[in-house]
Amino acid sequence: MNTKPPLSPIKTIEFRDVSFHINVIPSRVIVCGISLEILHGETLVLLGRSGSGKTTLLRLMNGMLFPSEGKVLVQGRSTAAWDPIRLRRGMGYVIQDAGLFPHFTVAENVALIPTLENWDASRTAARIQEMLQLVGLDPREFSRRRPRELSGGQRQRVGVARALAADPPILLMDEPFGALDPVNRAELQREFSALARRLGKTIVFVTHDLREALLLASRIVLLEAGRIVASATPQEFLRLDHPEVRAFTASLAITPGAPV
Amino acid sequence: MTPPVTTWSFFTDHRAEILGATFDHLVLVVIAMIIAILIGVPLGMFIVQRPALRAIALGMASVFQTIPSLALFGFLIPIPFIGGIGKRTAIVALVLYALLPILRNTYVGLTGIDPAVLEAAEAMGMTRAQTLFRVRFPLALAVILAGIRTATIITIGVATIAAAIGAGGLGTFIFRGVALVSDALILAGAIPAALLALLADFLLGLLERRLRVS
Repeated sequence: MNTKPPLSPIKTIEFRDVSFHINVIPSRVIVCGISLEILHGETLVLLGRSGSGKTTLLRLMNGMLFPSEGKVLVQGRSTAAWDPIRLRRGMGYVIQDAGLFPHFTVAENVALIPTLENWDASRTAARIQEMLQLVGLDPREFSRRRPRELSGGQRQRVGVARALAADPPILLMDEPFGALDPVNRAELQREFSALARRLGKTIVFVTHDLREALLLASRIVLLEAGRIVASATPQEFLRLDHPEVRAFTASLAITPGAPV
Repeated sequence: MTPPVTTWSFFTDHRAEILGATFDHLVLVVIAMIIAILIGVPLGMFIVQRPALRAIALGMASVFQTIPSLALFGFLIPIPFIGGIGKRTAIVALVLYALLPILRNTYVGLTGIDPAVLEAAEAMGMTRAQTLFRVRFPLALAVILAGIRTATIITIGVATIAAAIGAGGLGTFIFRGVALVSDALILAGAIPAALLALLADFLLGLLERRLRVS
Protein backbone atom coordinates (compact mmCIF):
# COMPACT_ATOMS: atom_id res chain seq x y z
CA MET A 1 0.00 0.00 0.00
CA ASN A 2 1.24 3.39 -0.94
CA THR A 3 0.86 5.65 2.06
CA LYS A 4 1.46 9.30 1.62
CA PRO A 5 2.41 11.57 4.47
CA PRO A 6 -0.66 13.50 5.69
CA LEU A 7 -1.14 16.63 3.63
CA SER A 8 -0.55 19.82 5.49
CA PRO A 9 -3.40 22.28 5.08
CA ILE A 10 -3.09 24.14 1.77
CA LYS A 11 -2.09 27.74 2.13
CA THR A 12 -4.32 29.55 -0.32
CA ILE A 13 -3.03 33.00 0.50
CA GLU A 14 0.09 33.84 2.43
CA PHE A 15 1.51 37.17 3.59
CA ARG A 16 5.23 37.06 4.27
CA ASP A 17 6.31 40.01 6.38
CA VAL A 18 4.36 42.45 4.25
CA SER A 19 4.43 46.19 4.62
CA PHE A 20 2.71 48.72 2.47
CA HIS A 21 3.37 52.42 2.58
CA ILE A 22 2.45 55.29 0.34
CA ASN A 23 5.44 57.21 -0.90
CA VAL A 24 4.52 60.69 0.11
CA ILE A 25 6.80 62.73 2.33
CA PRO A 26 6.78 61.77 5.12
CA SER A 27 5.91 58.32 3.84
CA ARG A 28 2.66 57.01 5.25
CA VAL A 29 2.65 53.44 6.54
CA ILE A 30 -0.66 51.72 5.88
CA VAL A 31 0.13 48.17 6.98
CA CYS A 32 3.31 46.88 8.55
CA GLY A 33 4.94 43.54 9.35
CA ILE A 34 1.97 41.43 8.24
CA SER A 35 2.55 37.68 8.28
CA LEU A 36 -0.57 35.67 7.74
CA GLU A 37 -1.57 32.33 6.31
CA ILE A 38 -5.07 31.86 4.96
CA LEU A 39 -5.89 28.20 4.59
CA HIS A 40 -7.99 26.52 1.98
CA GLY A 41 -11.67 26.55 2.88
CA GLU A 42 -11.50 28.82 5.88
CA THR A 43 -13.51 31.97 6.41
CA LEU A 44 -11.05 34.49 7.68
CA VAL A 45 -12.50 37.70 9.03
CA LEU A 46 -10.29 40.78 9.08
CA LEU A 47 -11.66 42.86 11.92
CA GLY A 48 -10.63 46.38 12.76
CA ARG A 49 -11.65 50.01 13.02
CA SER A 50 -11.79 52.14 9.90
CA GLY A 51 -8.28 53.00 8.78
CA SER A 52 -6.75 49.92 10.40
CA GLY A 53 -5.62 48.58 7.02
CA LYS A 54 -8.26 45.87 6.36
CA THR A 55 -9.14 46.94 2.87
CA THR A 56 -5.46 47.42 2.01
CA LEU A 57 -4.86 43.75 2.88
CA LEU A 58 -7.67 42.73 0.53
CA ARG A 59 -6.26 44.86 -2.26
CA LEU A 60 -2.83 43.35 -1.69
CA MET A 61 -4.39 39.90 -2.23
CA ASN A 62 -5.91 40.63 -5.65
CA GLY A 63 -3.04 42.65 -7.04
CA MET A 64 -4.77 46.01 -6.91
CA LEU A 65 -1.87 46.95 -4.61
CA PHE A 66 1.58 45.43 -4.28
CA PRO A 67 3.63 45.19 -1.09
CA SER A 68 6.32 47.80 -0.50
CA GLU A 69 8.20 45.10 1.42
CA GLY A 70 7.61 41.37 1.70
CA LYS A 71 5.52 39.14 -0.49
CA VAL A 72 1.92 38.10 -0.91
CA LEU A 73 1.54 34.58 -2.29
CA VAL A 74 -1.68 33.36 -3.80
CA GLN A 75 -1.80 29.62 -4.43
CA GLY A 76 1.95 29.56 -3.87
CA ARG A 77 2.76 32.29 -6.36
CA SER A 78 3.68 35.89 -5.63
CA THR A 79 0.97 38.36 -6.70
CA ALA A 80 3.68 40.24 -8.61
CA ALA A 81 4.25 37.14 -10.76
CA TRP A 82 0.54 36.64 -11.52
CA ASP A 83 -1.18 38.13 -14.54
CA PRO A 84 -3.42 40.54 -12.60
CA ILE A 85 -6.46 39.73 -14.74
CA ARG A 86 -6.14 35.95 -14.16
CA LEU A 87 -5.46 36.52 -10.47
CA ARG A 88 -8.60 38.62 -10.02
CA ARG A 89 -10.83 36.34 -12.07
CA GLY A 90 -9.98 33.62 -9.59
CA MET A 91 -11.24 35.80 -6.73
CA GLY A 92 -14.83 36.87 -6.39
CA TYR A 93 -15.12 40.37 -4.99
CA VAL A 94 -18.03 41.91 -3.13
CA ILE A 95 -18.01 45.49 -1.87
CA GLN A 96 -20.19 47.63 0.30
CA ASP A 97 -22.28 49.36 -2.36
CA ALA A 98 -22.27 46.17 -4.48
CA GLY A 99 -20.89 48.19 -7.41
CA LEU A 100 -23.39 46.63 -9.78
CA PHE A 101 -23.25 47.95 -13.33
CA PRO A 102 -26.31 50.21 -13.57
CA HIS A 103 -26.66 49.75 -17.34
CA PHE A 104 -26.75 45.95 -17.06
CA THR A 105 -29.72 43.89 -15.98
CA VAL A 106 -29.39 41.62 -12.96
CA ALA A 107 -28.75 38.68 -15.29
CA GLU A 108 -26.07 40.59 -17.22
CA ASN A 109 -24.40 41.60 -13.98
CA VAL A 110 -24.27 38.02 -12.77
CA ALA A 111 -23.02 36.89 -16.17
CA LEU A 112 -20.14 39.37 -16.17
CA ILE A 113 -17.20 37.00 -15.74
CA PRO A 114 -18.75 34.10 -17.71
CA THR A 115 -19.25 36.57 -20.59
CA LEU A 116 -15.69 37.86 -20.35
CA GLU A 117 -14.49 34.27 -20.26
CA ASN A 118 -16.55 33.48 -23.39
CA TRP A 119 -18.76 30.79 -21.89
CA ASP A 120 -21.36 29.58 -24.34
CA ALA A 121 -24.83 31.07 -23.97
CA SER A 122 -26.63 28.03 -22.57
CA ARG A 123 -24.01 27.42 -19.90
CA THR A 124 -24.10 31.09 -18.91
CA ALA A 125 -27.91 31.14 -18.79
CA ALA A 126 -27.97 28.04 -16.59
CA ARG A 127 -25.36 29.58 -14.32
CA ILE A 128 -27.37 32.80 -13.92
CA GLN A 129 -30.41 30.77 -12.82
CA GLU A 130 -28.36 28.73 -10.41
CA MET A 131 -26.60 31.74 -8.89
CA LEU A 132 -29.76 33.79 -8.40
CA GLN A 133 -31.46 30.85 -6.70
CA LEU A 134 -28.39 30.38 -4.54
CA VAL A 135 -28.68 33.92 -3.17
CA GLY A 136 -32.45 33.65 -2.73
CA LEU A 137 -33.68 35.67 -5.70
CA ASP A 138 -36.28 34.21 -8.06
CA PRO A 139 -34.68 34.33 -11.53
CA ARG A 140 -38.06 34.81 -13.24
CA GLU A 141 -38.76 37.86 -11.16
CA PHE A 142 -35.31 39.44 -11.03
CA SER A 143 -33.30 38.51 -14.14
CA ARG A 144 -34.46 41.41 -16.25
CA ARG A 145 -34.50 44.08 -13.60
CA ARG A 146 -31.94 46.85 -13.43
CA PRO A 147 -29.98 47.50 -10.23
CA ARG A 148 -31.96 50.70 -9.56
CA GLU A 149 -35.12 48.60 -9.32
CA LEU A 150 -33.71 46.60 -6.42
CA SER A 151 -33.54 47.20 -2.67
CA GLY A 152 -30.16 47.49 -0.98
CA GLY A 153 -30.35 43.91 0.26
CA GLN A 154 -31.32 42.58 -3.16
CA ARG A 155 -28.43 44.48 -4.74
CA GLN A 156 -26.00 42.87 -2.31
CA ARG A 157 -27.42 39.44 -3.13
CA VAL A 158 -26.81 40.12 -6.81
CA GLY A 159 -23.30 41.26 -5.91
CA VAL A 160 -22.65 37.92 -4.20
CA ALA A 161 -24.15 36.02 -7.15
CA ARG A 162 -21.93 37.94 -9.55
CA ALA A 163 -18.83 37.24 -7.47
CA LEU A 164 -19.59 33.51 -7.38
CA ALA A 165 -20.67 33.11 -11.00
CA ALA A 166 -17.38 31.86 -12.42
CA ASP A 167 -16.89 29.61 -9.38
CA PRO A 168 -13.68 31.25 -8.12
CA PRO A 169 -11.86 29.36 -5.36
CA ILE A 170 -11.44 32.54 -3.33
CA LEU A 171 -14.01 35.14 -2.29
CA LEU A 172 -12.99 38.59 -1.06
CA MET A 173 -15.65 40.62 0.71
CA ASP A 174 -15.19 44.20 1.83
CA GLU A 175 -17.90 45.10 4.35
CA PRO A 176 -20.51 43.72 1.97
CA PHE A 177 -23.40 44.20 4.38
CA GLY A 178 -22.20 47.48 5.87
CA ALA A 179 -24.70 49.75 4.14
CA LEU A 180 -27.79 47.69 4.94
CA ASP A 181 -30.37 48.36 7.60
CA PRO A 182 -30.02 46.16 10.71
CA VAL A 183 -32.87 43.77 9.83
CA ASN A 184 -31.67 43.16 6.29
CA ARG A 185 -28.09 42.91 7.48
CA ALA A 186 -28.90 40.24 10.04
CA GLU A 187 -30.85 38.28 7.44
CA LEU A 188 -28.06 38.39 4.87
CA GLN A 189 -25.45 37.53 7.49
CA ARG A 190 -27.39 34.42 8.53
CA GLU A 191 -27.97 33.32 4.96
CA PHE A 192 -24.41 34.02 3.94
CA SER A 193 -23.05 32.13 6.91
CA ALA A 194 -24.98 29.03 5.77
CA LEU A 195 -23.96 29.61 2.17
CA ALA A 196 -20.27 29.96 3.07
CA ARG A 197 -20.31 26.61 4.86
CA ARG A 198 -21.91 24.95 1.84
CA LEU A 199 -19.57 26.49 -0.73
CA GLY A 200 -16.30 25.39 0.82
CA LYS A 201 -14.50 28.39 -0.62
CA THR A 202 -11.67 30.32 0.93
CA ILE A 203 -13.31 33.52 2.10
CA VAL A 204 -11.65 36.68 3.34
CA PHE A 205 -14.21 38.96 4.89
CA VAL A 206 -13.53 42.51 6.04
CA THR A 207 -15.70 44.09 8.71
CA HIS A 208 -15.66 46.45 11.67
CA ASP A 209 -18.60 44.64 13.23
CA LEU A 210 -17.55 42.08 15.86
CA ARG A 211 -21.00 40.49 15.90
CA GLU A 212 -20.70 39.82 12.18
CA ALA A 213 -17.15 38.51 12.64
CA LEU A 214 -18.27 36.08 15.36
CA LEU A 215 -21.12 34.81 13.22
CA LEU A 216 -19.15 34.21 10.03
CA ALA A 217 -15.53 33.58 10.93
CA SER A 218 -13.66 30.37 11.32
CA ARG A 219 -10.83 32.66 12.39
CA ILE A 220 -10.74 36.32 13.33
CA VAL A 221 -7.68 38.45 12.66
CA LEU A 222 -7.76 41.77 14.47
CA LEU A 223 -5.95 44.72 12.97
CA GLU A 224 -4.94 47.86 14.78
CA ALA A 225 -3.16 50.71 13.01
CA GLY A 226 -1.89 48.49 10.23
CA ARG A 227 -0.63 45.65 12.41
CA ILE A 228 -2.12 42.30 13.36
CA VAL A 229 -2.76 42.33 17.11
CA ALA A 230 -4.75 39.12 17.48
CA SER A 231 -5.60 35.98 15.56
CA ALA A 232 -8.03 33.53 17.09
CA THR A 233 -11.14 31.43 16.58
CA PRO A 234 -14.35 33.25 17.54
CA GLN A 235 -14.53 31.32 20.83
CA GLU A 236 -10.96 32.15 21.79
CA PHE A 237 -11.24 35.69 20.59
CA LEU A 238 -13.69 36.75 23.28
CA ARG A 239 -11.33 35.55 25.99
CA LEU A 240 -8.24 37.34 24.69
CA ASP A 241 -6.72 39.94 26.93
CA HIS A 242 -5.70 42.75 24.62
CA PRO A 243 -6.91 46.33 24.91
CA GLU A 244 -8.14 46.44 21.28
CA VAL A 245 -9.97 43.12 21.73
CA ARG A 246 -11.62 44.49 24.85
CA ALA A 247 -12.57 47.64 22.96
CA PHE A 248 -14.38 45.47 20.44
CA THR A 249 -16.01 43.13 22.95
CA ALA A 250 -17.20 46.16 24.87
CA SER A 251 -19.00 47.23 21.72
CA LEU A 252 -21.04 44.02 21.92
CA ALA A 253 -22.42 45.13 25.27
CA ILE A 254 -22.50 41.61 26.64
CA THR A 255 -21.03 40.42 29.87
CA PRO A 256 -17.76 38.52 29.44
CA GLY A 257 -18.29 34.80 29.33
CA ALA A 258 -21.93 34.99 28.28
CA PRO A 259 -22.84 32.62 25.48
CA VAL A 260 -22.63 34.13 22.05
CA MET B 1 -37.67 102.16 -55.58
CA THR B 2 -38.70 98.58 -55.68
CA PRO B 3 -42.21 97.85 -54.54
CA PRO B 4 -42.37 96.53 -50.95
CA VAL B 5 -42.24 92.77 -50.86
CA THR B 6 -44.00 91.04 -48.00
CA THR B 7 -41.99 88.44 -46.13
CA TRP B 8 -44.49 85.73 -46.89
CA SER B 9 -44.52 86.23 -50.62
CA PHE B 10 -40.73 86.43 -50.57
CA PHE B 11 -40.69 83.01 -48.86
CA THR B 12 -43.05 81.46 -51.39
CA ASP B 13 -41.30 83.05 -54.37
CA HIS B 14 -37.84 81.92 -53.23
CA ARG B 15 -38.78 78.56 -51.76
CA ALA B 16 -36.21 76.66 -53.79
CA GLU B 17 -33.34 78.98 -52.84
CA ILE B 18 -34.24 78.94 -49.17
CA LEU B 19 -34.47 75.17 -49.13
CA GLY B 20 -31.20 74.96 -51.01
CA ALA B 21 -29.46 77.24 -48.51
CA THR B 22 -30.95 75.28 -45.61
CA PHE B 23 -29.59 72.10 -47.14
CA ASP B 24 -26.14 73.69 -47.62
CA HIS B 25 -26.27 74.88 -44.03
CA LEU B 26 -27.14 71.42 -42.81
CA VAL B 27 -24.33 69.84 -44.86
CA LEU B 28 -21.83 72.27 -43.32
CA VAL B 29 -23.06 71.44 -39.80
CA VAL B 30 -23.19 67.68 -40.33
CA ILE B 31 -19.67 67.50 -41.83
CA ALA B 32 -18.24 69.66 -39.05
CA MET B 33 -20.04 67.65 -36.36
CA ILE B 34 -18.90 64.30 -37.74
CA ILE B 35 -15.29 65.48 -37.76
CA ALA B 36 -15.62 67.04 -34.30
CA ILE B 37 -17.12 63.83 -32.87
CA LEU B 38 -14.44 61.70 -34.53
CA ILE B 39 -11.77 63.87 -32.92
CA GLY B 40 -13.45 64.85 -29.65
CA VAL B 41 -14.75 61.50 -28.39
CA PRO B 42 -11.54 59.47 -28.93
CA LEU B 43 -9.46 62.36 -27.60
CA GLY B 44 -11.70 62.52 -24.52
CA MET B 45 -11.24 58.78 -23.99
CA PHE B 46 -7.51 59.19 -24.43
CA ILE B 47 -7.07 61.98 -21.88
CA VAL B 48 -8.87 59.91 -19.25
CA GLN B 49 -5.86 57.58 -19.36
CA ARG B 50 -3.27 60.38 -19.76
CA PRO B 51 -3.62 62.98 -17.02
CA ALA B 52 -0.63 64.91 -18.43
CA LEU B 53 -2.48 65.66 -21.66
CA ARG B 54 -5.77 66.48 -19.97
CA ALA B 55 -5.03 70.12 -19.12
CA ILE B 56 -3.45 70.79 -22.52
CA ALA B 57 -6.32 69.32 -24.54
CA LEU B 58 -9.10 70.90 -22.51
CA GLY B 59 -7.21 74.21 -22.34
CA MET B 60 -6.70 74.41 -26.08
CA ALA B 61 -10.29 73.49 -26.81
CA SER B 62 -11.51 76.20 -24.46
CA VAL B 63 -9.21 78.77 -26.10
CA PHE B 64 -10.81 78.05 -29.49
CA GLN B 65 -14.23 78.33 -27.92
CA THR B 66 -13.37 81.70 -26.39
CA ILE B 67 -12.17 83.37 -29.61
CA PRO B 68 -15.07 85.26 -31.22
CA SER B 69 -16.27 83.32 -34.24
CA LEU B 70 -15.72 86.01 -36.83
CA ALA B 71 -12.18 86.53 -35.49
CA LEU B 72 -11.50 82.79 -35.68
CA PHE B 73 -12.58 82.77 -39.33
CA GLY B 74 -10.25 85.73 -39.83
CA PHE B 75 -7.33 83.89 -38.25
CA LEU B 76 -7.87 80.81 -40.39
CA ILE B 77 -8.08 82.54 -43.77
CA PRO B 78 -4.32 83.29 -44.10
CA ILE B 79 -3.28 79.77 -43.01
CA PRO B 80 -2.08 77.69 -45.99
CA PHE B 81 -3.96 74.46 -46.86
CA ILE B 82 -6.73 74.79 -44.30
CA GLY B 83 -7.36 78.51 -44.85
CA GLY B 84 -8.66 80.61 -47.69
CA ILE B 85 -12.17 81.64 -48.60
CA GLY B 86 -14.89 79.00 -48.72
CA LYS B 87 -16.41 75.95 -47.10
CA ARG B 88 -13.17 74.28 -46.05
CA THR B 89 -12.09 77.10 -43.77
CA ALA B 90 -15.60 77.32 -42.38
CA ILE B 91 -15.64 73.62 -41.55
CA VAL B 92 -12.27 73.86 -39.77
CA ALA B 93 -13.59 76.72 -37.66
CA LEU B 94 -16.83 74.92 -36.90
CA VAL B 95 -14.91 71.83 -35.83
CA LEU B 96 -12.73 73.88 -33.49
CA TYR B 97 -15.88 75.40 -31.99
CA ALA B 98 -17.66 72.10 -31.54
CA LEU B 99 -14.65 70.39 -30.00
CA LEU B 100 -14.80 71.76 -26.47
CA PRO B 101 -18.32 70.65 -25.48
CA ILE B 102 -17.73 67.20 -26.97
CA LEU B 103 -14.27 66.77 -25.45
CA ARG B 104 -15.28 68.11 -22.06
CA ASN B 105 -18.46 66.05 -21.81
CA THR B 106 -16.67 62.89 -22.95
CA TYR B 107 -14.08 63.43 -20.25
CA VAL B 108 -16.62 64.34 -17.56
CA GLY B 109 -18.89 61.45 -18.55
CA LEU B 110 -16.09 58.92 -18.44
CA THR B 111 -14.69 60.13 -15.12
CA GLY B 112 -17.95 60.90 -13.33
CA ILE B 113 -18.85 57.26 -12.78
CA ASP B 114 -19.67 55.80 -9.36
CA PRO B 115 -16.28 54.74 -7.92
CA ALA B 116 -17.83 51.54 -6.55
CA VAL B 117 -18.71 50.48 -10.10
CA LEU B 118 -15.18 51.09 -11.33
CA GLU B 119 -13.68 49.36 -8.31
CA ALA B 120 -15.87 46.33 -8.93
CA ALA B 121 -14.88 46.29 -12.61
CA GLU B 122 -11.20 46.34 -11.74
CA ALA B 123 -11.46 43.85 -8.91
CA MET B 124 -13.52 41.41 -10.97
CA GLY B 125 -10.67 41.23 -13.47
CA MET B 126 -11.88 43.41 -16.32
CA THR B 127 -9.05 44.77 -18.44
CA ARG B 128 -8.69 48.52 -18.97
CA ALA B 129 -10.13 48.23 -22.46
CA GLN B 130 -13.08 46.16 -21.24
CA THR B 131 -13.77 48.66 -18.48
CA LEU B 132 -13.62 51.52 -20.98
CA PHE B 133 -15.85 49.99 -23.64
CA ARG B 134 -18.26 47.95 -21.52
CA VAL B 135 -18.61 50.12 -18.45
CA ARG B 136 -17.30 53.66 -18.73
CA PHE B 137 -18.40 54.37 -22.28
CA PRO B 138 -22.00 53.09 -22.06
CA LEU B 139 -22.45 54.90 -18.73
CA ALA B 140 -21.00 58.11 -20.17
CA LEU B 141 -23.04 58.01 -23.36
CA ALA B 142 -25.85 60.29 -22.18
CA VAL B 143 -23.35 62.90 -20.96
CA ILE B 144 -21.37 62.65 -24.20
CA LEU B 145 -24.57 63.08 -26.16
CA ALA B 146 -25.42 66.17 -24.13
CA GLY B 147 -22.08 67.59 -25.28
CA ILE B 148 -22.85 66.71 -28.88
CA ARG B 149 -26.20 68.41 -28.54
CA THR B 150 -24.63 71.62 -27.22
CA ALA B 151 -21.98 71.46 -29.96
CA THR B 152 -24.60 70.98 -32.67
CA ILE B 153 -26.56 74.03 -31.56
CA ILE B 154 -23.39 76.13 -31.40
CA THR B 155 -22.39 74.89 -34.85
CA ILE B 156 -25.77 75.73 -36.39
CA GLY B 157 -25.39 79.24 -35.00
CA VAL B 158 -21.76 79.79 -35.96
CA ALA B 159 -22.42 78.35 -39.43
CA THR B 160 -24.65 81.34 -40.20
CA ILE B 161 -21.60 83.57 -39.69
CA ALA B 162 -19.55 81.30 -41.96
CA ALA B 163 -21.40 82.89 -44.88
CA ALA B 164 -19.16 85.91 -44.29
CA ILE B 165 -16.20 83.92 -45.62
CA GLY B 166 -18.11 82.48 -48.53
CA ALA B 167 -19.20 79.19 -47.05
CA GLY B 168 -22.79 79.58 -48.19
CA GLY B 169 -25.74 78.44 -46.08
CA LEU B 170 -28.49 80.43 -44.42
CA GLY B 171 -26.15 83.19 -43.32
CA THR B 172 -25.94 84.30 -46.92
CA PHE B 173 -29.53 85.57 -46.72
CA ILE B 174 -28.93 87.30 -43.42
CA PHE B 175 -25.80 89.15 -44.56
CA ARG B 176 -27.40 90.10 -47.87
CA GLY B 177 -30.55 91.20 -46.07
CA VAL B 178 -28.54 93.40 -43.71
CA ALA B 179 -26.70 94.95 -46.65
CA LEU B 180 -29.93 95.59 -48.58
CA VAL B 181 -31.92 96.54 -45.46
CA SER B 182 -34.48 93.86 -46.33
CA ASP B 183 -36.35 92.30 -43.41
CA ALA B 184 -37.72 89.62 -45.68
CA LEU B 185 -34.24 88.56 -46.77
CA ILE B 186 -32.93 88.57 -43.19
CA LEU B 187 -35.85 86.47 -41.99
CA ALA B 188 -35.40 84.04 -44.89
CA GLY B 189 -32.08 83.17 -43.28
CA ALA B 190 -32.92 83.69 -39.63
CA ILE B 191 -36.14 81.70 -39.40
CA PRO B 192 -34.86 78.43 -40.94
CA ALA B 193 -31.63 78.74 -38.90
CA ALA B 194 -33.61 79.14 -35.69
CA LEU B 195 -35.93 76.26 -36.59
CA LEU B 196 -32.95 74.07 -37.40
CA ALA B 197 -31.38 74.76 -34.01
CA LEU B 198 -34.63 74.13 -32.14
CA LEU B 199 -35.27 70.91 -34.04
CA ALA B 200 -31.73 69.62 -33.44
CA ASP B 201 -32.04 70.47 -29.76
CA PHE B 202 -35.35 68.67 -29.47
CA LEU B 203 -34.29 65.51 -31.34
CA LEU B 204 -30.94 65.14 -29.63
CA GLY B 205 -32.58 65.85 -26.28
CA LEU B 206 -35.01 63.01 -26.94
CA LEU B 207 -32.15 60.63 -27.75
CA GLU B 208 -30.23 61.76 -24.68
CA ARG B 209 -33.12 60.99 -22.36
CA ARG B 210 -33.50 57.53 -23.84
CA LEU B 211 -29.84 56.76 -23.18
CA ARG B 212 -29.72 58.08 -19.64
CA VAL B 213 -29.11 55.39 -17.06
CA SER B 214 -29.54 56.27 -13.44
